[in-house]
Amino acid sequence: MIGIVNYGAGNLQSVKNSLDFLSIPNIVINKSEEIKNCDRLILPGVGAFGPAMKKLNKLGFSQEIKNFVGQKKPILGICLGMQLLFEVSEELGSHQGLGLIKGKVLPLNKKVKDLPIPHIGWNNIIMKKSSPLLKNIEDGSCFYFNHSFYCEPVDELAVTADADYYIKISSVVEKDNVYGCQFHPEKSQSRGLTLLDNFQKLI
Amino acid sequence: MIKIRLIPVLYIKNGLIVRSENFSYHQNIGNVINEASRYNEWNVDELIYIDISREKCYDLRRDDLYIKSHDSIEKIISEIAKVCFMPLTIGGGVRNINDISYRIKNGADKITLNTGAFEHPKLISQAANKFGSQCVVISVDYKIIDNQPIVFTNFGQKNTKTTAFSWIKICENLGAGEIFLNSIDRDGRANGYDIDTISRVVESTKLPVVACGGAGGLYDFVNLAKKVNISAIAAGNIFHFTELSYPRAKILLKKEKLNFR
Repeated sequence: MIGIVNYGAGNLQSVKNSLDFLSIPNIVINKSEEIKNCDRLILPGVGAFGPAMKKLNKLGFSQEIKNFVGQKKPILGICLGMQLLFEVSEELGSHQGLGLIKGKVLPLNKKVKDLPIPHIGWNNIIMKKSSPLLKNIEDGSCFYFNHSFYCEPVDELAVTADADYYIKISSVVEKDNVYGCQFHPEKSQSRGLTLLDNFQKLI
Repeated sequence: MIKIRLIPVLYIKNGLIVRSENFSYHQNIGNVINEASRYNEWNVDELIYIDISREKCYDLRRDDLYIKSHDSIEKIISEIAKVCFMPLTIGGGVRNINDISYRIKNGADKITLNTGAFEHPKLISQAANKFGSQCVVISVDYKIIDNQPIVFTNFGQKNTKTTAFSWIKICENLGAGEIFLNSIDRDGRANGYDIDTISRVVESTKLPVVACGGAGGLYDFVNLAKKVNISAIAAGNIFHFTELSYPRAKILLKKEKLNFR
């Protein structure tokens, strides 16, 4: 059973629709104690880092998610959900994240020149290593991105795939059982659905 | 490398898809949900829905869903989102943060603000703070007056006496994430994109610009993509009335070696 964390800010309905379409059992998690009924979690994401983290803390999700990850069960953060996995973000001030992956979340506009910001649209991913999450997805596949901030992991080996947008953007990260994608698989047509299906099949 | 997006725009009036011309003539052409699933099969880059209902009353005919209430756009969005695994932008009638919240909650990825933003610019920063800039699209309808693109609100009827450039700058500073630029003069006229204005707007802002209004043939897309460093090209009528126009457009754009998906 995949639990989709409802912390008020995400567009979790789209994630749910994709899982329903794939006939993957899933449940929207409204209360932190429900997390223990799941064997994997998705942290969806639309929104701003600060308010999202505040909500996760207030609703008791932060601690439950950390416990969940401590039990070696897989979690997938999507877009903002991936950014929340990191230690700290500089989105409108400085905010502590969940700290499940070492590194920072930084604004694109400090580094990216001559390209529009936010980074919106379909971009190719460049695979750095193989991963069960990207099984049956060819290198160079297009996914839908929509973000103004990007993740900078301390450990380069945590980057499974990049995307090129003036700088290299970490588009898929993984650290043991913690996974994140900066793009929206639930909005990336068939390849996105493949990724979600792969997540369901992770051992 | 980021791709240029090609985006069908669908206008919803009282729950039905309509064809629009000069922002005033509207012809019913289809069911909202069926159209969405057709576009999903065509593997489109994104869909933009603009609700232009004057009176809030929805009728999804032919699907046997009769809904008449003020908030039923959320029902429409949630039905669309079930058959669409692509980005969904929803606009029309968005006046406050609640309007935005329930659209997003039901499956919209981005919302467009037009009259609501012009009347209450603060709404832009509120929305950006709560949902992130990336989901706040400013829809800018303009007419050319004395060689300047002038912004019109309220279904293209109210002259704001403000140029598109200065309004877009204000929106950018308030935290908007994208500009949907629509030429009222060219709406439904099929006489080609307003390359001159689009190009000036793209140069004036760092936000991605989606250009709309005037596509009459597939070469209008090629022409715009070759001449302007555009983020996305949108069109309405051509995708409804020309057989297989979307897949054919993509084939043509790739043949022309333009950077599309």
